[in-house]
Amino acid sequence: MPEAAANRWTGAPPNGWDVLRRNRVAMISLAFIAVVALAAVVVPFFLPADLKKPGNDSFFRPLTVAGNGTSYHLIGTDVNGQDLFYRLLTGAQVSLGVGLVAACVSLLIGTAYGMVSGYAGGRVDSLMMRFVDILNSVPSLLFVMIFISAFDGYFKDALDAVRLWAQTVHWGWLEHFARDLIPYSRIAILVLSLGFVQWLTMARIVRGQVLVLKELAFVTASRAMGQSAWVILWKHLWPNLSTIVLTYLTLTIPAVIRDESFLSFLGLGIEDPAASWGSLLKDGAQVINPLESKWWLLAFPALLMSSSLLALNFLGDGLRDAFDPRSAD
Amino acid sequence: MPAFIFRRFLSSLVVLLCVASLTFVLSRAQKGGPFEKEKMSVQAKAEKERKYELDGPVWWQLGRYMDKLFLHGDAGVSIRYTDRSVAEILGQKMPNSIQLGACAFLIASLGGVACGFLAAMRRDSWVDVSTMFFALAAISIPTFITGPLMIAVFALWLRWLPVGGFGGFSHLLMPSVCLALPFLAYVARLTRNSLLDVMSANYMRTAKAKGLDDATALARHALKIAILPVITYLGPMAAYVLTGSFVIESVFNISGAGSVFVNAIQNNDCFLLTGAVILYSALILFFNFIVDVTYTFLDKRIKLHA
Repeated sequence: MPEAAANRWTGAPPNGWDVLRRNRVAMISLAFIAVVALAAVVVPFFLPADLKKPGNDSFFRPLTVAGNGTSYHLIGTDVNGQDLFYRLLTGAQVSLGVGLVAACVSLLIGTAYGMVSGYAGGRVDSLMMRFVDILNSVPSLLFVMIFISAFDGYFKDALDAVRLWAQTVHWGWLEHFARDLIPYSRIAILVLSLGFVQWLTMARIVRGQVLVLKELAFVTASRAMGQSAWVILWKHLWPNLSTIVLTYLTLTIPAVIRDESFLSFLGLGIEDPAASWGSLLKDGAQVINPLESKWWLLAFPALLMSSSLLALNFLGDGLRDAFDPRSAD
Repeated sequence: MPAFIFRRFLSSLVVLLCVASLTFVLSRAQKGGPFEKEKMSVQAKAEKERKYELDGPVWWQLGRYMDKLFLHGDAGVSIRYTDRSVAEILGQKMPNSIQLGACAFLIASLGGVACGFLAAMRRDSWVDVSTMFFALAAISIPTFITGPLMIAVFALWLRWLPVGGFGGFSHLLMPSVCLALPFLAYVARLTRNSLLDVMSANYMRTAKAKGLDDATALARHALKIAILPVITYLGPMAAYVLTGSFVIESVFNISGAGSVFVNAIQNNDCFLLTGAVILYSALILFFNFIVDVTYTFLDKRIKLHA
């Protein structure tokens, strides 16, 4: 019947990226995150140098002229007289950076684990998944805290040794580098340990996908051609997993940022003079009292952090709707 | 069933043992010991270490600690808190934390299922859209932002509830709601999505075809299946609620086990730290076990493997 043939839909099935591009909330979120990330990296270079240093301008209100009379404190100053806008941007650098790097660490571990577990199948698979279940039932954040406090001292000493060694051989740049890195030393351990506890979801998702994919004809074909398991995993399965991995990477970033701020808020994460959104909020919460409200110390970090996390989650949800529509949560 | 329970008990015990040893070794591996902050001579320090059985190699210390803990039921003494026993400190602080956590847990699971149910029933209406938006917002915004915000609104401005502290119901309401919010949101999302999934399944069409009305079909066939993902999430959620209560306790000024834990880490108080970790892990493992058993009663397709 010619009519029926004419009525048949001949277009291509919707591409995930097209679905994403039509999702307006996700695109706005993407633009917002891009702006925040760009501002966090670029804007601090253009701020006047005396604004960045601690000074006498303790607890200035937003939109007041700085002590030297030349520049404005856009959103006020903190207890040390440092401009809050500058602190907020460096905090964004740290928080977003920690989120991204730790999520990538969790991606590496989770994807490798999930691929091996799913592809091996059988007893190996059930053993590996049982291990994931056990890890899931242990309070992992407690272990992040213990890891940080256990290894922080060693790492700081190592950096200090590098600094002293650079001093003896007169490598000025290395000495400065190591000295500037010491307040950030916790971040490296924080990133590693958060990455080490956040990979469980990724492993489970990847394993589920591999279980489906490995039964498909192209995998059987490449196995019949004599390709080894590693080649199949890397060359044939990984490309098919990449969008789903990207989706869960996007959803891991806000989770990591939240965990990091949680630790910093408790005083176990980022330390002064380095800042993250969590440590800024901790400082703000410490000076809150009903008599003389220093609301800007709490309001602006909270606003920026909440909106960034919300945007990341919206983007992740949009990605999931586009690439993994069957497993919404 | 008894075989499953027994195997599960054994594997939980092994996990607990690993967790305890790891914590103890890590806290002993920390730079500077628990006596570093006090200024004392080398002999005095060695004397103290001998007194607390913290001398010798780490595995030897661990062995003696495990021996005391599991064979004599003695969790040791705290080093910082002027030698009070770990059991005493945790026994004093833990009930507050558990009370707070249990309240938050109930609010999150019941409220979350109710919200998710509502959203799924009114799919794509403004109820659904706004519930899901607020759910995502509640997941995104950390509790140490919502906490001070709630204090500012309900305690300082409206003066309905006390600012902090711990006592009766009015003290418990705000912290437990604040702690529950993100988990409530997550449960609501889970419930909504899995209900929508189940309602489009073939057996639901069959149920309606044989003449059941919507409500009966839902109650008899859908709810039991749709609730399964929620039940699975309850296990990890218990862990998150317990660790999440750390921040809530500090925001609302509640004297609970969270501050004990954080102080134990900062003071390198290894016996107290290990005791707290064991208690937390035991609670969570026990809870996961209950969740697993509940699961089998709800879903007959699942066979239990330990």
